Amino acid sequence: MFQILSKTELAQGTVVANEIMAPKIAAKAKPGQFVILRANETGERIPLTMADTDPVRGTITIIYQVVGKTTALLKSLNVMDHIQDIAGPLGRPTPIEKKGTIICVGGGTGVAVLHPITRGFKQAGNKVIAIIGARTKDLLIMEDKMRAASDELHVCTDDGSYGHHGFVTDVLREQLTKLGSEVKEAVTIGPVPMMKFCSKVTAEFGVPTMVSLNAIMVDGTGMCGCCRVAVGGETKFACVDGPEFDAHKVDFEGLSLRLTAYQKQEREAMDAYQRKCACAAKA
Amino acid sequence: MAEDKKEKVPRQKMPEQAPEVRRRNFQEVPLGYSAEQAMAEASRCLQCKKPACVEGCPVGVTIPEFVHFIAEGDFVKAILKLWEKNSLPAVCGRVCPQESQCQGRCIVGKKDDPVSIGNLERFAADWARGRSDVPMPPIAAKTGKKVAVVGSGPGGLTVAGDLIRKGHEVTIYEAFHKPGGVLVYGIPEFRLPKEIVAAEVNFLEKLGVKVECNTVVGQSVTVDELLTKEGFDAVYLGVGAGLPTFLKVPGENLIGVYSANEYLTRSNLMKAYLFPEYDTPLVKGEHVVVFGGGNVAMDCLRTSMRMGADDVKCIYRRSRDELPARSEEVHHAEQEGVQFFFLHAPMRFIGDDKGWLKAVELQEMRLGEPDASGRRRPEPIPGSTKTLECDLAIIAVGSGANPLITATTPGLAVNKWGYIVADEAGKTKKANVWAGGDIVTGAATVILAAGAGRLAADSIHKHLTWGW
Repeated sequence: MFQILSKTELAQGTVVANEIMAPKIAAKAKPGQFVILRANETGERIPLTMADTDPVRGTITIIYQVVGKTTALLKSLNVMDHIQDIAGPLGRPTPIEKKGTIICVGGGTGVAVLHPITRGFKQAGNKVIAIIGARTKDLLIMEDKMRAASDELHVCTDDGSYGHHGFVTDVLREQLTKLGSEVKEAVTIGPVPMMKFCSKVTAEFGVPTMVSLNAIMVDGTGMCGCCRVAVGGETKFACVDGPEFDAHKVDFEGLSLRLTAYQKQEREAMDAYQRKCACAAKA
Repeated sequence: MAEDKKEKVPRQKMPEQAPEVRRRNFQEVPLGYSAEQAMAEASRCLQCKKPACVEGCPVGVTIPEFVHFIAEGDFVKAILKLWEKNSLPAVCGRVCPQESQCQGRCIVGKKDDPVSIGNLERFAADWARGRSDVPMPPIAAKTGKKVAVVGSGPGGLTVAGDLIRKGHEVTIYEAFHKPGGVLVYGIPEFRLPKEIVAAEVNFLEKLGVKVECNTVVGQSVTVDELLTKEGFDAVYLGVGAGLPTFLKVPGENLIGVYSANEYLTRSNLMKAYLFPEYDTPLVKGEHVVVFGGGNVAMDCLRTSMRMGADDVKCIYRRSRDELPARSEEVHHAEQEGVQFFFLHAPMRFIGDDKGWLKAVELQEMRLGEPDASGRRRPEPIPGSTKTLECDLAIIAVGSGANPLITATTPGLAVNKWGYIVADEAGKTKKANVWAGGDIVTGAATVILAAGAGRLAADSIHKHLTWGW
């Protein structure tokens, strides 16, 4: 059992940050790695990339968007409550080294995953330009933390309610045009379409790019193959070969399709859960 | 019993759920002997002076002795006798291939049906489970030595059971949230109820074994850290094979194509068959194809039938004679309505524009000359293909060696397939590290893993006691 030490609602309650007591994981975890958790005895196992770790306090921080039953269930847990199971750290850490200028692009809750990586690159002595985006101002998360973790932060909103009016790809293109060969690497983490389009832009400029894939997983140890994704025509497992891959080789279409595998059941489970919550609220 | 008159007692038939009922439920198929049946069956044992059955048992259970106690109606002594050699009798009584082991060697079986040793083992274990009047087996004085067991499958549990009784401190590390390894994620409820596995693990915990779940050795902690920072004197690696084999044909990433590992883990460990009571989903499948002919394939076929499929087909590239599954499993599958397509191999999976599996194209095969394994090699019949409609395909053609531990443990030698190199006693090339089961031999059976665990436990004990 893993105790929740803090709970912060972001983006108008659609996103939640939990700091959780998990000393063994906190001691080992590196940027880019993830955990697999199970909220309760009947819960499913879901992967979540760690947004932060504090080996001294013995805690990890997860940030998730409430999209289905499992995340709704997690959101219903309060400080002092427990998450049934957490296994980790899993996956390969981000290879962080001093390279020069790095562009880090994040969208939605992908910003949470991007944050420790951005900070890592800066601490390693790189010049880090960060670009984060959201649909609208209220859904933007971690702006201050990203500003602190980078040398230069650009914010975009799809509806223009804050920062640059438009997509992160626009600013990415602008920066790549401006900086040219100074940019040694790009990291882009967010919804699959965003990663796909960012990847297309960086490919035009020939900038090596890394994406972190949030495929559906079960064990997280390379045992089941659920998270398989084609990378450069080869089948890779996101859990052990990733979660980060060369963006220019990832089959984003295949990944998007596989992410829809359980949409029907996910809706069914969410509907049943909401009915149950509504009943409990009435009672 | 009319033993003095030597009246022949017929083999006691195991009562089981009728096929037409059980094919749609997840309850156990065989129902277990009554005490009367068990005693009658046990009375069929000839009590051989040189029991061949014991030689056939990978863990050397003293079979005539425990069977004798059952015949006498002394079930306490029977279970204590079993526990001397086997920490997992309720499991082994259910899933061991007895027909090729103990029962295959039974002298009674030369002219008649052999004594149903597996059923008797199961009876004794089931009888003892949860009873408070069964004494615990004796435990030796504490040695002060600490052993880490990585993996809580049949091998790991055997090592833990053996070493705790010899006085060593034992901690089992399990990657999943529940202990039992393949016994909980792989073997379905209808063959091995999970409460039985939990009871066997609980029994070890009562003996003093510590179980740490959610610990992925190689990631959460390395083998070297176990030996240094965590202060263990020896480590046993019983992590299973743990790498799914895919067919490497086009369309394999379509939705509805699963590895057997994923399909079974979702349905067994995660209880997807109880969705939405349990949250883990599974593609149900109306038209199901399973590739492979081993026990795992049989488990997938029978599970998908229970999930409500209209038709379930086993696609195997050789013929019936080469099926590697236990005959009992094949028989059960056929009784439940599984169809067998022999001499067919997959060529490609066909999907729709949403990425869902719709059909599979098969190549018809014929048997050619024997290959290195001695089995006749299947070869394609040119121009002979067919397409089967399907919305769920499960690939159960074996597993490979998962590199998670071997890649993070310097000094641990592996062979060209990635399996750990170990001697007969399980000793690896790395000091203080033993290994056994599927990660050494490649995918095999529960009892062979337990057998490897037994040998390794002996070797670890000698090493910790005398430094051998």
